[in-house]
Amino acid sequence: MTTLVMQHPPQTAATRLQDATRVAAVALLLGIPMIGLTTVDQGGALQVASRWPLLGAFVAAAFFGRLLLRYALDQRQHRRQTRPHAAAGASSALLRRIGWGALLIALLLPVFFSDNRYVVDTATTVLIYVMLGWGLNVVVGLAGLLDLGYVAFYAVGAYTYALLSTQFGWGFWQALPVAGAIAATFGVILGWPTLRLRGDYLAIVTLGFGEIIRIILVNWSELSGGPNGITSIPRPSFFGLPFKPAGDEATFAAFFGLEYSPSQRIIFLYYLILVLALLTNLFVSRLRQLPIGRAWEAMREDEIACKALGMNVTNVKLSAFALGAMLGGFAGVFFAARQGFISPESFTFNESAIILAIVVLGGMGSQLGVVLASLVLVLLPELGRDFAEYRMLLFGAAMILIMIWKPGGILAHREPTLRHQPPVAAGASQ
Amino acid sequence: MGLALQQLINGLTLGAVYGLIAIGYTMVYGIIGMINFAHGDIYMVSAFIAVTSFTALAMFGITSVPLSLLLVLLVAVLFTSVYGWTVERTAYRPLRGSTRLAPLISAIGMSIFLQNMVQLTQGARVKPIAPTLVGGIDLFTADGFTVRLAHSQILIVVVTVALMAGFTGLISHTAFGRQQRACEQDRTMTALLGIDVDRTISLTFMLGAALAAIAGVMVTVYYGVVDFFIGFVAGIKAFTAAVLGGIGSLPGAMLGGLIIGLIEAYWAAYLSAEYKDVATFAILILVLMFRPSGLLGRPEVEKV
Repeated sequence: MTTLVMQHPPQTAATRLQDATRVAAVALLLGIPMIGLTTVDQGGALQVASRWPLLGAFVAAAFFGRLLLRYALDQRQHRRQTRPHAAAGASSALLRRIGWGALLIALLLPVFFSDNRYVVDTATTVLIYVMLGWGLNVVVGLAGLLDLGYVAFYAVGAYTYALLSTQFGWGFWQALPVAGAIAATFGVILGWPTLRLRGDYLAIVTLGFGEIIRIILVNWSELSGGPNGITSIPRPSFFGLPFKPAGDEATFAAFFGLEYSPSQRIIFLYYLILVLALLTNLFVSRLRQLPIGRAWEAMREDEIACKALGMNVTNVKLSAFALGAMLGGFAGVFFAARQGFISPESFTFNESAIILAIVVLGGMGSQLGVVLASLVLVLLPELGRDFAEYRMLLFGAAMILIMIWKPGGILAHREPTLRHQPPVAAGASQ
Repeated sequence: MGLALQQLINGLTLGAVYGLIAIGYTMVYGIIGMINFAHGDIYMVSAFIAVTSFTALAMFGITSVPLSLLLVLLVAVLFTSVYGWTVERTAYRPLRGSTRLAPLISAIGMSIFLQNMVQLTQGARVKPIAPTLVGGIDLFTADGFTVRLAHSQILIVVVTVALMAGFTGLISHTAFGRQQRACEQDRTMTALLGIDVDRTISLTFMLGAALAAIAGVMVTVYYGVVDFFIGFVAGIKAFTAAVLGGIGSLPGAMLGGLIIGLIEAYWAAYLSAEYKDVATFAILILVLMFRPSGLLGRPEVEKV
């Protein structure tokens, strides 16, 4: 899909300079109040501080950036006109190979880094986001329903496990299906009133729903512990064998005759989320080939046509909501079990935005894209404090750019999962 | 009785601010049919510009309240409309005619970007300004409760009423207003009649941003503190106001703003201050369920 940006007529050097000057002028106006000036707290009163060199650098960057961009776009357009259009995009066979490679790396990772707690911990975080991304992908990528409050289901799962385990002594495996079911119920509760709404209304209602859940968690202290959250949540055990130093009861280390080491639990948690994520992936990719999955994709493309064909759009939407919510709930249970402590802090709108960014950047509907985006998103802040600060800024910008450049996401997968007849050009993903 | 009257004053003030922001949502929705998620953040940007300008004016020694208010309003409106224009030009215009989801996601990206940009360039901490417009009128005292009408509240209500009057005139009586309404009805036809649709849409975004800028300045004067997160909540409430009044309808936006402001003020006073945001969201959901076209809106017919 070509975007409007690329349809400019080729330009002469003079018009390019003029254009870049205009962009620089706008950048100057934008930059003066935000970059050029700021206020600093000096002894209780604000003082204006200026950063003119920084503003100059920003304007210069805008000027030269625009020149380069324009030049590159013109070159590209020129190339397109002179050369027959080559099929772009990675072939699905290559993608599949990358997927298997990634799986192999994921399986072997703790073997190579068994004594490096940091690596395994970070990988576990990546996998939590992968699982959340796959869950949200059902709602956004497959069914085309923009959900801005996905973190609510994550929170419901986490709090369900936390309450069941601390109040009633339930184990991880007992609580997992119950938490999933409760999260799915919440998904239906949210989905029901919003069925008639158009996409953008739906987005803002889900956003409101996410905030309602968070506000309730902060204020209903009797249930949720308020802002302090819930502490000392039991960790999952290996089929009833806890990860503890040897004692009176049977422990994992004692049962297998191993030396106790804290990293055993870390590695177990890693494999646990890996299995959960893989099951999610398998489940979703199977569902895509069932009538319900095809109905989701059809509804994403054209809801009115689906209604005209006699599809029950209500059920299709609700099932997408419930399923996405259930997967989010599972991820929440794991999160609570891994952290041992949860508070409303972990379930802000920012978290919803991060999960949505993963799905959008990775390519809506693409399972592998979600993995890549989660990797980038979790690893970027690990590279340094600067990256952590700029992470959300970069992701906001990336969301805009990707929508303009490739509305389907980097690894776009808008192709229907099943076709009546195989496409003529087999292997091309576009 | 005293408390009820005080909350009426507070609610109307709050509602006026929500109404001003809601106009931006409603106009943009009317003309290009999308929710400008970044609108609340435009309002937040303007509040920061106001903080910087007030501080700068104080440093230059300008202490006259009307003069500094006027200058700050001008500066904020100027810079914020540039922000409004840029948002439309970079994030929305390239996506016109794209899929339904694309401009929405791009708008959310823009909202995240603006929030983090302000957080990085202006700091994450709450910014208090030196008191600008202090004092008020004590209306009466009953049962030991003094009902007070602050000067800043008078300012907000007067400015809002004046703006609404001017704005209604602009939309219903000027050439730009005619073009704007024409674009709302049929963009292709308007373009065929020789009207620059792109320019009209850009101007609409700038006008919406200018109104949000005025709201931002007045809120800064009213509360005296600003942080980078205020755009999120104010944005949702103003959006709720726009939906409640009937999205696409200007008087509806103002009416919705006043209702939301009053509900919030009374809810906080009589029920619970912690759950006042829940009240707004609940209203939003209820309105969308039972009257999606709002109080003054026309029902929307989806065409293939």
